[in-house]
Amino acid sequence: MSAQYSRRLLANRFNLAMSLVTMAFGLTFLLWILFTLFQAGFQALSFNLFRQMTPPPGSQGGLANAIWGSVVMATTGTLIGTPIGIFAGIYLAEYGARGWLAPVTRFINDILLSAPSIVIGLFVYEIYVFRVGHFSAWAGSFALALIVIPVVVRTTENMLRLVPDSLREAAIALGTPQWKVIVMVTLRSVRAGVITGILLAVARISGETAPLLFTALNNQFWTSNLDAPMANLPVVIFQFAMSPYKDWQELAWAGALLITLAVLLLNILARTMFRQATTK
Amino acid sequence: MNLDTVVARPNAQARPVDPTPPKISIRDLDFFYGKFHALKKINLDVAERRVTAFIGPSGCGKSTLLRTMNRMYSLYPGQRATGQIMFNGRNLLDSGIDLNMLRAKVGMVFQKPTPFPMSIYDNIAFGVRLYESLSARQMDERVEWALTKAAMWGESKDKLKQSGMALSGGQQQRLCIARAIAVKPEVLLLDEPTSALDPISTAKIEELIFDLKNDYTIAIVTHNMQQAARVSEYTAYMYLGELIEFGATDEIFLRPRRKETEDYITGRFG
Repeated sequence: MSAQYSRRLLANRFNLAMSLVTMAFGLTFLLWILFTLFQAGFQALSFNLFRQMTPPPGSQGGLANAIWGSVVMATTGTLIGTPIGIFAGIYLAEYGARGWLAPVTRFINDILLSAPSIVIGLFVYEIYVFRVGHFSAWAGSFALALIVIPVVVRTTENMLRLVPDSLREAAIALGTPQWKVIVMVTLRSVRAGVITGILLAVARISGETAPLLFTALNNQFWTSNLDAPMANLPVVIFQFAMSPYKDWQELAWAGALLITLAVLLLNILARTMFRQATTK
Repeated sequence: MNLDTVVARPNAQARPVDPTPPKISIRDLDFFYGKFHALKKINLDVAERRVTAFIGPSGCGKSTLLRTMNRMYSLYPGQRATGQIMFNGRNLLDSGIDLNMLRAKVGMVFQKPTPFPMSIYDNIAFGVRLYESLSARQMDERVEWALTKAAMWGESKDKLKQSGMALSGGQQQRLCIARAIAVKPEVLLLDEPTSALDPISTAKIEELIFDLKNDYTIAIVTHNMQQAARVSEYTAYMYLGELIEFGATDEIFLRPRRKETEDYITGRFG
């Protein structure tokens, strides 16, 4: 065995060991978080969580109104944000080849993508809640939509850019008008990727606290009125976890576990969808 | 004397026994990718219901020339053409030309098979629906007709609802040809249609081209000289953006007038 070869072997082993150590380091914390969450949240899980409202301190209760509120606002936010995001993504990928508008939009979108969510919450508070005079689920949904939009814009544009020009040209060579090329051929060929992006955006907003704290606030009762304050899991967790009451803290753990499981489920769904679409 | 243009324009002697009227007449065509002068003063006629082949080394401009005939280059900023390409009495380089209508009449098949992400049936019906409103029965007939023409009705008639993406490469390419002829264009542009295919699929597509020329005017770009010799009536040899020689395929292959053509065909160059 030559000296050079054993040196390479050594370097290889060293690099492998280092990457294993760093991976273990990262995974440890992740598993630690999950473990703590399960340990503390699992015992608080019960059917009552889904049946009873958030209680005053010292009495029995659940998270039904908060779960409902989170579902309503995440859905509304996604429904508002997705079409805007998809259309903007289409513009950037398919129409924005020339001119200054597309690069500027892309730049602003990138800033929005990494904007702290508390800024978005304050922004909606300032332009909507403050003027209307009260907190509401609408405001919460708008704030969440503002988080959805840049994610969907980015994935839609990236996905459409993956479509080979040859497919676009093939559709155009038949005399197809441009919007039909986009709707029927290019967007269609990457629909799984776009849906994956939407699911990831949903996963992202289901855990956001700051935008809702300034907009939807909270509500002790079940409500479906979007013009009124609405309970939601992140704010309830925030409030209950900071409280000195033991039963509130337990509910907060349960809520945290629920959100984590929901996000996990959404991510798995997004991954399987994307994998199916790319191997097809 | 400008030898290029004299040789390039097919004269009476260069033509075979049946002089056919031109379907597309190209006059003084120049093409630019930005500042790069990719086609230089091209003059040539594409004969009606005949196969015209374009040969030459990579980068000689043959695909570029093909892409001027359906204005495909107009998609890209920075690409432009000057001169004249007469088709049905109009210069199709004019800015007033309706590009979608033009492309419905001048179909194109590309090097790589490009099935749309939909069923085999819808792949064919897609283009037809753009310009005709047919009843369900008429559409079924049209799909069958196009697939039959493309020699793949037999192998696809039981799986019309399946995705076109699931077919083999050769089948995908014949599907693309079926899709192009389903809209009943007048001209068919084939840009190296067999270069990504195995010899058996290639043979099938060549037979197909042979059948199709009864109804369509065909222009084909190919790297395969035997293919040009097999399928075409006319051949154009291009080099570095210039049309070096153009004439009846037999003449070009058996008695080339220019030394460059002979060198390329015999494989001493290129």
